Amino acid sequence: MTDAFSAASIAAPMIPRVARVVKRKREIEDVVTLEIEGGAFDFAPGQFNMLTAFGVGEAAISVSGDPADSARLIHTIRAVGAVSRALTELHVGEPIGLRGPFGRGWPMAEAEGRDVIVVAGGLGLAPLRPALYRLFAEREKYGRILLLFGARSPADILFRDELEAWRGRLDIEVEATVDHARGDWRGNVGVVTTLLSRAQFDAANALAMLCGPEIMMRFVANALLERGVAQERVYLSMERNMKCAIGFCGHCQFGPVFICRDGPVFPYSQLRGLIAKKEI
Amino acid sequence: MIESIEHIVKEHRFFAGMDAGFVALVSGCAKNMRFDPGQYLFHEGDSADWFFLLRNGSVAIELRDPARGAVTVQTLHEGDLCGLSWLVPPYRWTYDARAIDLVRAIAVDAACLRRKSEADPRLGYEMMKRFMPPLVERLQAARMQMIDIYGAHD
Repeated sequence: MTDAFSAASIAAPMIPRVARVVKRKREIEDVVTLEIEGGAFDFAPGQFNMLTAFGVGEAAISVSGDPADSARLIHTIRAVGAVSRALTELHVGEPIGLRGPFGRGWPMAEAEGRDVIVVAGGLGLAPLRPALYRLFAEREKYGRILLLFGARSPADILFRDELEAWRGRLDIEVEATVDHARGDWRGNVGVVTTLLSRAQFDAANALAMLCGPEIMMRFVANALLERGVAQERVYLSMERNMKCAIGFCGHCQFGPVFICRDGPVFPYSQLRGLIAKKEI
Repeated sequence: MIESIEHIVKEHRFFAGMDAGFVALVSGCAKNMRFDPGQYLFHEGDSADWFFLLRNGSVAIELRDPARGAVTVQTLHEGDLCGLSWLVPPYRWTYDARAIDLVRAIAVDAACLRRKSEADPRLGYEMMKRFMPPLVERLQAARMQMIDIYGAHD
């Protein structure tokens, strides 16, 4: 490999293409979904893009739309720092920079023929939504499908209309819970692991997809293992400070792996020894 | 056919696998109860004279805050245990428990069970072994709720 070839192969994925925001929807207080157009966007469920708010910076954001629709790219973004806030403040018609898609997504092929347990916490539902669209589109390929969702309060429930529509389906089981609620909430209150303890599935033939706060994923993964789900079939989507997205800069290094290149989705068997380490 | 209390207690998941003699002792302190939607099983500050094994329906565990009114911090469902304060002096409820929908439960007289546990420490130990897991589970859940895991942390 020549130096010139090496430099070119690094540079290509580092150059953002310019797309345009065609729709903007405020989901909950600090979360906005952007619909982007500007070419064909093929991606696998669980992959992410690097989005640029020009003049501010770039951030790694998972795709939250339907993988079957390559004409539009959908990202759901929480305003946390300067870049993500600027992205959530983009208006329809404004340009947005985009590199990607990057990373390894959810193990859709491995899930075939199995009970699939999808556990999402807070904004973690966004990176899982493409997987859910795929699961629903190919419903006959899977056993039971369970979606267990946790949020801080009823006002913080993401994609609420869709969740309610999914709840109405007879071929999937959807349970939501919140950490606390006022008296008019008739749903579950409690941490998401309480939903898991009541869920019915074939642990010996189940595959789980988890996305949410790391501490939530840790407890859910352990609860799944206690139920008998193999650690090789419990998948977590990890989040770290991703910068280059191609495994060069080292910002997202997590022990021996780079989250951007080797993940963001990993089997728990690969992370188990790392995830509880305070130094990482 | 009317199910006997003893049969219901034996079949409840909380007492699954318990020795038949202990089931008989617990059942001797138990009775069937029902609560209509909105009815309270108990209120904060009241004497914790009973605990409940939920057979049907859901219960909201509430804390009352002057600014926000009743805040639900946990919901309990069929198969769950409602009420742990009967185990620890001064045996007073530290929250309200409200039936969300029609609730059918086995209510166990706490003073009766405490007396029997004092008289037979093996029963007391059996009770401790069965009550500790939900106690620890709720402590862990409370910790998770306390650190606000879903909040935006910059």
